Amino acid sequence: MALLTFKGGVHPPEKKELAEHKEIKVLPLPEKVYIYTTNHIGAPAKILVEPGQKVKTGQKIGEANGFISANIHSSVTGEVVEITKMTNAATGTKNDVIVIQRTGEDEWELIPNHGDYSKKSPQEIVDIVKEAGIVGLGGAMFPSHVKMSIPEGKKAEYLIINAAECEPYITIDHRMMLERSKEIVTGIKIIMHATGVKKAYIGIESNKPDAIEKMKEAVSGEPIEVKVLKTKYPQGAEKQLIYAITKKEVPSGGLPLDVGAIVFNVSTTYAIYEAVEKGKPLVERGITLTGEGVINPGNFIYRIGTLAKDLLDHVGLVEEDKIDRILYGGPMMGIPLPNIELPTFKGNNALTVMTKEVAPDKELFPCIRCSKCVQVCPINLMPYLLKMQVEKREYDKALEYGLMDCIECGSCSYACPAGIELVKTFKTGKKVARALKGRAKK
Amino acid sequence: MKLKVAAAPHLRSKDSVRAVMVDVLIALIPSVIVSTWVFGLRALWIMLYTMVLAEVMELFIMKVLRKQKDFKPDGSASVTGLLLAMNLSLAVNWWQILIGTFAAIVLGKHVYGGLGKNVFNPALVGRVFMLISFPVAMTTWYRPFYYKFDTITTATPLAILKEKGVESLTNWSDYSINLKSLFVGTIPGSIGEVSALALLIGFIYLVVRGRIKIWIPVTYISTVFVIASIFYIIDPTKYASPLFHLFAGGLMLGALFMATDMVTSPMTVKGQVIFGLGLGLITMIIRLFGGYPEGVSFSILIMNALVPLIDIYAKPRIFGTTRGGNK
Repeated sequence: MALLTFKGGVHPPEKKELAEHKEIKVLPLPEKVYIYTTNHIGAPAKILVEPGQKVKTGQKIGEANGFISANIHSSVTGEVVEITKMTNAATGTKNDVIVIQRTGEDEWELIPNHGDYSKKSPQEIVDIVKEAGIVGLGGAMFPSHVKMSIPEGKKAEYLIINAAECEPYITIDHRMMLERSKEIVTGIKIIMHATGVKKAYIGIESNKPDAIEKMKEAVSGEPIEVKVLKTKYPQGAEKQLIYAITKKEVPSGGLPLDVGAIVFNVSTTYAIYEAVEKGKPLVERGITLTGEGVINPGNFIYRIGTLAKDLLDHVGLVEEDKIDRILYGGPMMGIPLPNIELPTFKGNNALTVMTKEVAPDKELFPCIRCSKCVQVCPINLMPYLLKMQVEKREYDKALEYGLMDCIECGSCSYACPAGIELVKTFKTGKKVARALKGRAKK
Repeated sequence: MKLKVAAAPHLRSKDSVRAVMVDVLIALIPSVIVSTWVFGLRALWIMLYTMVLAEVMELFIMKVLRKQKDFKPDGSASVTGLLLAMNLSLAVNWWQILIGTFAAIVLGKHVYGGLGKNVFNPALVGRVFMLISFPVAMTTWYRPFYYKFDTITTATPLAILKEKGVESLTNWSDYSINLKSLFVGTIPGSIGEVSALALLIGFIYLVVRGRIKIWIPVTYISTVFVIASIFYIIDPTKYASPLFHLFAGGLMLGALFMATDMVTSPMTVKGQVIFGLGLGLITMIIRLFGGYPEGVSFSILIMNALVPLIDIYAKPRIFGTTRGGNK
């Protein structure tokens, strides 16, 4: 059978071998955690605690503030020592952080009313997911309860589980499927129950044959189907994934629901299972600590808010002068850390430590119009042209040529033989275009 | 620890513009060998001489005039030089080549701002400049394999067709011309245009390496074939066969290596198809009705000028928009 895919994309070195055979280990509890009030897309959570207050693991310490927002919970049992501001690598801005010093082993505060999902109404499930502060763990950090609340007049027909894991290096979703397949399937059934969706698909790239086998076994007898995707980047981009599986295109500027789809990442599905069945708020998640700069790469469960430094202590780093950069996420879309004294947040699925050897500076040449960027763009943009328009500040033209449709996957920059940083220009261009639009409205 | 904060993606392909240029040069090696075999060492010297001249001029412009002290040659000047040499007759002399190379590198490339910014194929700018300036030398053709003795000048197959009509091709006393000689390249003509076979081998190399805008040669050659076939079917006593048109003159060199010049050709598949169709049409209009025997150079230069328009017209439908393009 031909593998499902989309048009365009690139095939960077996979580098999965560093961690894909390492079983998930639960890391020891951190001494201190730093929890951002902005651990999601949308409004920061309203802080519910103050310095000096004792908190339990799972206790709500910040409350969703608005429709698109999410609760935050203490990830250890201890005492709030400080509320301060720290740079959030995901947003690039300074955000409030609640600092909690651990005082002992876990004392859990679970979500009330959890338990067997099949006896609950859809609304009750959505409420539990909201209470648990679950957000998209693939990296987007969009509040899950919002996604599960289907607006009136819309209907969700398919649930798509994003298990593509197309970013190089990252293997946590792969391991989750191998080691927690039953729980993931329960999570899928919970989402189907809550949203009224009748059919679910799990999209897995062909480079994970063991996970494909395992998930096929786990879904037998359920209205859930495993779909094998071509191994290609960005196969896990939401619009590309939906297209590969359903051959439907999410309209420009639209949402998956516009073609009847909702998409959840594997790890999010697992978190939903834990919240609904076990009553656990989102205080821990899986992560891949990997890269050539890591001595013992592997997959781990860690407490949200652990400093990057503390996580990396568990795997060890090579000599400092060999390390080039450390990323939250993988090499294609990962966010580089200015230093390792920064806390992790809910969307962290990987820390990739790249050495100078694998991330050398690329020699710059002028664009020779080779058309590689046009060939690889999964959105069918003309990156070379867009770049010229943005640089000449012709924003009207750039918008007409699809600037806002760019999914920032980085395929164009990856493929460019001239070493031009195309996607960087588009990210800046989008910010400026948005600001200009905002000004025009005023 | 000193960490680098650079923009994503943090992995880049190992590809480079220099590697692209090197691949083009590698793809031209079979043609260089055949040209040397057919026309002798003089052909090889001309090719090397033009390449060196082109690189020296480029270095001078970049380092002295543009003051880019750290400029390292990217190979594009060598490609231009070699392609220009392949488009020349053996009869040109050293100073004519010097002027032609100057036209190619300076007028064809650097007046526009250098690599990537030129509108016209620089090698063809050089060639046409020489064709106009030194018409006699540029249209004096040497017989193949006569390099060991006194060279004897002759006409190219296309020139014979133009001057003497199609019947002269069948009983051409001057030199045996048949499909095999056209294909292998044992015919009079420009240094690098003679062997379709050698050019095709290089083309396949570029296809395998993913280095070529493949739709340009495909549509260009098909268009020429179709138009030539139509005329041949109408009156085979007046018009040459479509296969003759494919392998005679500079069509193969033009379609495979000149029209596909990345800088001066469209970026999208749709654009490349339009470009190829236009090339085929103009080439055949010139060949069939023009006063000049062959139209490849002119058709490419004319279509080069249209590339910015083609690129905009042929922009692909953005994912998630309707076919009309509205959102």
